[in-house]
Amino acid sequence: MKAVTLERLEKTFADGTRAVRGIDLAIEAGEFVVLLGPSGCGKTTTLRMLAGLELPTGGRITLDGKDVTHLRPAARDVGFVFQFYALYPHLSVRENVAFPLACAGMARGERTRRVAEVAEHLGLGRLLDLRPRQLSGGDQQRVALARAMVRRPAVWLMDEPLGTLDAALRAELCEFLRAEQLAQRVTTVYVTHDQEEAMRLADRVVVMSGGAILQAERPGRVYDEPADLFVARFVGSPGMNLFPGELRAAGAGAAELVLGAAADGARGAHPYPPPTLWGGRENRPIDIPSGVRESRENPVLHRLSTTLPPGPVTLGIRPEFIALDATSSLRGRVAVDEYLGASRCLHVDTPVGRWVVRVAPEEPATRGSEVGLRLDPAHLRLFHGATGARLA
Amino acid sequence: MSAPFLTVRGVVKRFGARTALAGVELALGAGEIAVVLGATGAGKTTLLRTIAGLERPDAGTLELDGRDVTHEPPRARDVALVFQDFSLYPRWTVRANLAFPLRAPGRSLPAAEIEERVRGVAATLRIEHLLERDARRLSGGEMQRVAIGRALVRRPRLFLMDEPLTNLDAKLREALRLELVTLVRALGTPMVYVTHDQAEALSMADRIHVLDAGRVLQAGPPREVYLRPASPAVARALGSPPMNALAARREGATWVAEADGTPLCAAAAGAPARALLGVRAEHVAPAGGTHPATVEVLEDTGPHQLVVARFAGTRLHLLVGRDLELAPGRTIHPRIDPARVVTWAADGST
Repeated sequence: MKAVTLERLEKTFADGTRAVRGIDLAIEAGEFVVLLGPSGCGKTTTLRMLAGLELPTGGRITLDGKDVTHLRPAARDVGFVFQFYALYPHLSVRENVAFPLACAGMARGERTRRVAEVAEHLGLGRLLDLRPRQLSGGDQQRVALARAMVRRPAVWLMDEPLGTLDAALRAELCEFLRAEQLAQRVTTVYVTHDQEEAMRLADRVVVMSGGAILQAERPGRVYDEPADLFVARFVGSPGMNLFPGELRAAGAGAAELVLGAAADGARGAHPYPPPTLWGGRENRPIDIPSGVRESRENPVLHRLSTTLPPGPVTLGIRPEFIALDATSSLRGRVAVDEYLGASRCLHVDTPVGRWVVRVAPEEPATRGSEVGLRLDPAHLRLFHGATGARLA
Repeated sequence: MSAPFLTVRGVVKRFGARTALAGVELALGAGEIAVVLGATGAGKTTLLRTIAGLERPDAGTLELDGRDVTHEPPRARDVALVFQDFSLYPRWTVRANLAFPLRAPGRSLPAAEIEERVRGVAATLRIEHLLERDARRLSGGEMQRVAIGRALVRRPRLFLMDEPLTNLDAKLREALRLELVTLVRALGTPMVYVTHDQAEALSMADRIHVLDAGRVLQAGPPREVYLRPASPAVARALGSPPMNALAARREGATWVAEADGTPLCAAAAGAPARALLGVRAEHVAPAGGTHPATVEVLEDTGPHQLVVARFAGTRLHLLVGRDLELAPGRTIHPRIDPARVVTWAADGST
């Protein structure tokens, strides 16, 4: 049995805004699901309908197999954490954390044990006898998390609980949260606009845009096999490199991909003819066969064959699957060099546009360097030119 | 660093009994970007306001372009400040908001000059199509562009930016960060940029100043501060995941864990008897070590996977390739690269 199901769930507000457009989602017991998307994508409205704070205008919600679509919040077995969480100022940290248990009528001994356990997990042990105003903002949020997590409801619902915190603290609490959820195995639905947080926390990332679900898969899949251009761009920091191009028929079962062709009319002629990608077997790109001649005028990046029909497409590749290679014919100059600690991102301007390349921190190329780019053929992705859906 | 354009020396600022700045030192070269990185309450905003002349320091001096400006009013300093909350006039058009700094008393620019500057800035920031729109009808990203435009239009000698991207969506923040740094570099105007976001600090700065409780804990180029943090507090402020900090004692030429005696890595000759070892997650290999660790949590970060493992009585973070197949409960043998280890005083002090 699923812990949570949303069936054709709809929400149209009184002003006519259709915030959620008939979404379907089934969540397993113990699963950590993150709803990810930009402001206005419908993620918070979805969470609020799950909590019972908004009533759907269509569709159904079940919790543990029971239809709760029209139940009051208190009648659903859910625990919330919000971005701004008010603590009781006159109660100690211990009393604040124990409060939901006292309300639920838990015996004192059991209560004490449970508070101690959660406090230990969240590193609150030494703060238990302080009042909220004696705590830093980060510690207050930690107490708020503890208060929500002290109870084991059927579902935890979290709306950007780390949103207002400093980056360092957010990373730390992210880890606490994941460890605690893994230990308790409480089904969790978590809302954020931060793709890094989503990737780190989720068993399954649900990417939303315009009130619809674009993709709902484990983080690695969403990252490697984005369902469409929106996901490709939104997930990953920075997002996927994307270039418009055109597939042209090149004999039976083969096509060549010309980069930049589709955009040529709009952007004016390129200083050089655009690089050509060749169509290959099994819809997979393969490496350049030896003997294929490359030149600046006709740079051949890869040879692949495909059964895809001719037409406009978009090529996608993640920054870490582009290598610097002085012998490559796709050449450009490094315009921006972003140091990120564990890696660096070079932004390289080429005749067909700007590519972002992730390199090791020690890489000698830097701003102003001339570099050649080699794309890893196994990691090329193709998207439909008109719909943006992934083709290969 | 080139000849310093801005020098902050021993600046102290108190508000009643509270000391917001406790002797801050900061130096910025011509055309450089200095990032002040710190948590909420570290004193970042007070420092910016002091440089702008909106706060008067209780002690210390400020030198701008070779001139002592400590006691000069904001106007005389010719710096532009951009706030986190944009501070636009909501009912004014974008054009009026952009022109506002140029209409200030004492500027007396001709109307044609104002129009030309507003148009120029709007083109640079790609907001020409928004010029007639009211500020309140803009999206967050658009407001942020207008706020920056209002700073640009004055052509100041120095930009001061107070977490200008904090209120935006993560994805937008990333795009604007790049735009901003490209723009400021192209203009060649120096900038002091305040943030709590370590990715912004690492990627934008020529020099990072890590600020904590009104003091600069460390200042230096991003790589130096990232790779050789002077104290655990600096290490905590930079890097995601945070740097591992392992309590260790030296047994001959080897560091062993204080907790359970697990050998950690080779110790340099002359190392102290006890220390806190700092090592970045990407400098711990998942194999090749002599002692086992148990994988507790795995996180997919996209380009890498982050491993949290139980090792030597503590939790150890490793950043490894995604092709490595791991699962919670699995045993690995972490190898700490001794060349990358930083040693701190055993009590964590500087």
